[in-house]
Formats: sequence, structure tokens, C-alpha cells
Amino acid sequence: MTMNRQMQRAATLSLAALASLTTALTPAFAQMTEVGPGEGALSIVAWAGYVERGETDKAFDWVTGFEQKTGCMVSVKTANTSDEMVALMNEGGFDLVTASGDASLRLVAGGKVQEINPALVPSWSTIDPRLQDAPWHTVDGKHYGVPYMWGPNVLMYNTNVFKEAPTSWNVVFEKMDLPDGKTNEGRVQAYDGPIHIADAAQYLMFHKPELGITSPYELNEDQYKAALDLLRVQRTLTSRYWHDAFIQIDDFKNEGVVASGSWPFQVGLLKADNQPVASTIPQEGATGWADTTMLHVDSEHPNCAYMWFEHQLSSNLQADLSVWFGAVPSVPAACTDGRGMQTAEGCTANGLDDFEKIRFWKTPVANCSQGEGACVPYYRWVSDYIGVIGGR
Amino acid sequence: MTSPAILPERGMGDRISAAFWRRPRLLLILLLTPPVLWLGIVYLGSLAALLLQSFYSIDEFSGVVKQEFTLKTYAELFRAQNLDIILRTLLMAILVTLTSAVIAFPIAYFAARFAKGRWKAVFYLGVMLPLWSSYLVKVYAWKLILAREGILTWIADHVGGGPLLARALDEQWFGGSSLSTSPLGTFIVFVYIWMPYMILPMQAALERVPVSMLEASSDLGASRAQTFRTVVFPLALPGIIAGSIFTFSLTLGDYIIPQIIGNSARFIGLAVYQFQGTAGNVPLAAAFAMVPILIMLVYLWIAKRMGAFDAL
Repeated sequence: MTMNRQMQRAATLSLAALASLTTALTPAFAQMTEVGPGEGALSIVAWAGYVERGETDKAFDWVTGFEQKTGCMVSVKTANTSDEMVALMNEGGFDLVTASGDASLRLVAGGKVQEINPALVPSWSTIDPRLQDAPWHTVDGKHYGVPYMWGPNVLMYNTNVFKEAPTSWNVVFEKMDLPDGKTNEGRVQAYDGPIHIADAAQYLMFHKPELGITSPYELNEDQYKAALDLLRVQRTLTSRYWHDAFIQIDDFKNEGVVASGSWPFQVGLLKADNQPVASTIPQEGATGWADTTMLHVDSEHPNCAYMWFEHQLSSNLQADLSVWFGAVPSVPAACTDGRGMQTAEGCTANGLDDFEKIRFWKTPVANCSQGEGACVPYYRWVSDYIGVIGGR
Repeated sequence: MTSPAILPERGMGDRISAAFWRRPRLLLILLLTPPVLWLGIVYLGSLAALLLQSFYSIDEFSGVVKQEFTLKTYAELFRAQNLDIILRTLLMAILVTLTSAVIAFPIAYFAARFAKGRWKAVFYLGVMLPLWSSYLVKVYAWKLILAREGILTWIADHVGGGPLLARALDEQWFGGSSLSTSPLGTFIVFVYIWMPYMILPMQAALERVPVSMLEASSDLGASRAQTFRTVVFPLALPGIIAGSIFTFSLTLGDYIIPQIIGNSARFIGLAVYQFQGTAGNVPLAAAFAMVPILIMLVYLWIAKRMGAFDAL
């Protein structure tokens, strides 16, 4: 085992030397023109549960087949937040990252990921057309990644309190009495990430059209201030903010939390535990995440990476991962063609038909459609959200 | 013809020991080099790297660290929400330390003065036992104990303390929807977790107070209160301060308890953890990390003046 590891490391090292030589010779940012033989290894920065090799649950394995077919041994580094993913890619040493829309553009801007060539990915045409040129991985007509998986941030609620699904996000944003006659103070939660400001903006988009918000990720000073004010009200209702899915699950069980923005992942786990919960997408719509596999600019295993691009689109990955994670495949055919465990009903339950209602996570930047420097950029979202949670 | 009284050298071992005998400093240097290197490189080196990082800044959109000397990151510490974090942590550390001292003193006093034989062992065991189980397990256990549907609320409701608890949780400054989601809960868990570190040095200090002095005090007509005030307390003070260094510094740096118990408001440790880990803002994390170091330097200086290290 050790011997094997050492040999592998020696092989990787010599390959690395070779690769750095080739990167030194070829100009950076040039996209690949052909896929050569695999380099024997591939490292991926991924969300927890995104790259499974049957070790958590035997039935969910989309890595072993890839390794056998290509000889590219996959290693995974899990990250918990988008910010962490950006940090890891900035450190370097990884080939691929499954970046959400609030990370992908930052990676492109930071020059950390390279343009990819869709012509080298045979199954590119099977991708949901709505995702093929999505703005969170396409910049100036250049593609910087291959769509991986997407899903909505749903409103999870307790079915004992809500006999009917809540129709509005107001249950988590405004002080009110819930259907059981008791106040919502201390009984709702919100996501512990700055991107949650967009959920507030989306709510205002529907209820305060006079603010003129067109995208929850492009807010000018006034719109941004209104969103923060709404979040300050939410702070008085929220007992605790969640970032760890399992702490949220515990809070729904033991802390009397009855409504919160959440992921289908927690809904599925709580339902499996026979807890009285369900989820809905209220009238205002929902934010969501659409993840893209992106290739590091200094990747040492680009051939393996391109083989993974093809694998992620054409194998059982799309279907099985969408079952495992409660997400929606980027290849719609995966819902129906029986390549994995997913079914048409499953895709619908995970939100396939709600695509139009979802505004996907995108990094807020200063230069937006409202004009140069007109919008509040992400770093202010970060520090201001810490302030809001701190009661300021 | 007599042979000389010096034995012939019997190889490497003899030569080495002879060299050490002739130059005693050589042995000292050899023995000290590894730990000094360890301390110098691993500990001081990483501190220096941290200090260096705190003078860098971050490109606010791409999140790439700009390696240029600037004080911008330190200026960011003085933004209202960051100042909040520092003051919140400091206040918590002070309250936890004072409360720990008040609760720990009678326990340590009893263990040092009155517990004998088997009882002494039971006391030691009782204080140490929580230290032997996993920190995380204890914190998660407290999350369940303090939960709205947890045992503490249940007991309070059954002994008529429900309204009192509800009244406490209504308080703007430390209340919440339940103990587990309020700063009050964070405080309780901090006090519980760090208590042994307060009791043990206190007990050691109290054990060193000679009984003869107490007898002399009462012979001279001092009341119990006077004896405590003028003899026991001053002699135990170094132990109390030594314990407070533990509870104070541990509370300043902790990042797990406020993450699991409390209302999500940030503490210094949690801010450092989030800025370096999830936000990739290492410079600001480093600047934040310097805050408890500076606070502790001041604290240790005061502690030294009060004689906490005299027994060392």
C-alpha cells in the first residue's frame, strides 16, 4: 500500500514536472484543442456528498466506474461554502471545482480557472439548453465550465403548524402569527451566508416594486439598504442562523423551529426520519444554486479533467447524484432514460419544473446592469451580513 | 613497570562520552536544540507568519491576497460590526472568568481543606472527569439539555420556574427563544466547560496555605470573616489568577461553543475561523487573531504584578 502510494506520488511528481514544463511553453488561458491520454490522477474540490464512490452508501457510486475506465484516480477535497471553494482554488493544487454561481464568476475574475472547449465534450449537446450558456459560467461568450447539478433553496415548514403550504416567504421575514395562533418569533431560521441578502431582495422585488429591483444579485445602495432593513427585522425573529445542515435538522426536531429556507437535502433527511416537514416554493419564487465544474488554470491533469467532464454528463452520475442530493440533473434525459435511479417524478419533486421561478446564486459585483459601479459588491455583503447577525 | 591508570579507549561510545565530559556545554546544546527549534520555528515562526499576513490585504472581489504592506486590514477591525465582535468576546470572557471564580472557590476550598482520603480522590475525579470526555460531545449534549424541548426547560416548567426562565429569556441583552439559542446559554456552557481549569490551580493554591497561619489568626482574635479576608484570600489569590488566565484565554479563543450554542452572533474565534476558512480572508483573520494575543499580553502583565507566577 505504502509502496504503491509512493510510486504513485513519484509518478505524479514527474507528471507534474512535465505538466509545468508544458504550461511554461503554452500560453496561459489557451483552451485545450484535443484530449490526450489520461494523467492517472484527478483532484476535485466539491460539496459534501457531490463525489461519491460508494463509501457512504454502496448504491451511490459514480467514481469507481470512471477510475476503471480512464485510469484517473479521483481524490476529493470537500468544501462547505462557496467562499471556502474560492479560497481553496486560490491556494491551487486542484484540478476541478464544483463551483456555485456565487463562486464561479469570482474564480473567472481571479484568473484561477481556464476556458474550456465544449467541442471536446461529446455530450455537451445533451445539457439542458437553459444551462448551456448560463451567465454564471459564460463570460463574453467563453465557457469556463460544464454544468453539474442545480436545485432550489426551498421553504421548509412544519406540517403540524402549517396545514397548508405557506404561500409567501413572509413567514420568515415579517413578524406575524402562524396558523397555530402563536407568533413566529424565535421559531424561524435563516441561512448563515451573505448570499441570503439576495433572498431578502427577492422578497422585496415582489412586495415593493417601487424599489425597482430587477435582479436580487444586482442591488444599488437604496435597494441594498431596504434588503438589510428587512433582514434586521428577520434578526428579531430568528433564534439561530444555520450553516450546518445537521444542526438545522436538530433545530427542527428539538428547538421548535417551524419554518426556514433550506435545501431539499435536509427536507429529505427529516422526512426519512418521519418528522412532520414538507417544502414549497412560495409565490415570490426562490433563489437556487447551479453548480458548474470548472478547471483550474494550472491543472496538472487536464486530460483526466476533460474525461471527467464527459463522465459527469453521460454516466449514471447525473441521475444518481440527483437522487442522493435532492437536486436536479443538468442533463434532463437523466430523469427518464434509466441510466441511474432518478425518475421523472423524482426530478419534478426536486424542482425540475420550477426553473423559471428560481434566480440562481450569482456573485454580486459593482459593475452591473444598472451601470458601472452602481451595485453593492460582494465584500460589503459579507461584512454587513455579519453586522446584521450581530444585531447591528 | 606499571601500566598507566588511564583505561584505553574502547571505541566510539567512550570518545563521545569523553567529549561530553570535557565540554559540558556541548551536551546542553545537543539536548536543547530540538525543543528550541520546535519552539522557534513551529510556534514563534507561525506567529510571525500570522503577524505578516495581518499586514496584507485582500482583493475584495476575486478574494486573492495582495502581498503588499498595508494597515488597511487593521483599520477594518474598527468597523462597527467587527468592534462589536471584539467587545462581545471580551465581555463574555470577563463574565465567564468572574463566574467561574465565584463558583469554583467554595469547591476548591472544600476539596483543599475538608476533603480527606477517599473523598479527596472523589473530588479530584469529579473535577477531572469532564476533561476526559470529548469536548464536542459535551457541547452537543448541552445543546440538547438547553433546547426549548430539553430537560432544563421541562424541569423549570414542573417546579414553577417556567415564568422566571421566560422572563430571563425575554431580556434584550442575553435572551433568546430558548436557552440553547441565547447568549445566556453560551455563557452557561462556557462556564461549565472551563470550570475545571479554574478549580485545579485554586485548589493547589489553597492547599499551600499553612494551617498554622489560620490558627495564629484565630489566636489573635480574628473572626472567621477576617481570617478569610486577610489570610486565606490573599494567599490564594495567585491561584485564582492562574485559573483565570485559563478561563479567560480559552473563552477568548473558542470558536466551537458559539457556533453550536447561542444566537449566531460572532465571537473572535468564530470570526477568525470564518474569515480564514470560509471567506478566504486570511489577512483579516490574522488581524483578528492578533486581538486576543494583545489582550492576553496585557492580562498576563497584570497577573504577574499580582504575583500569579511567584510560585513557579
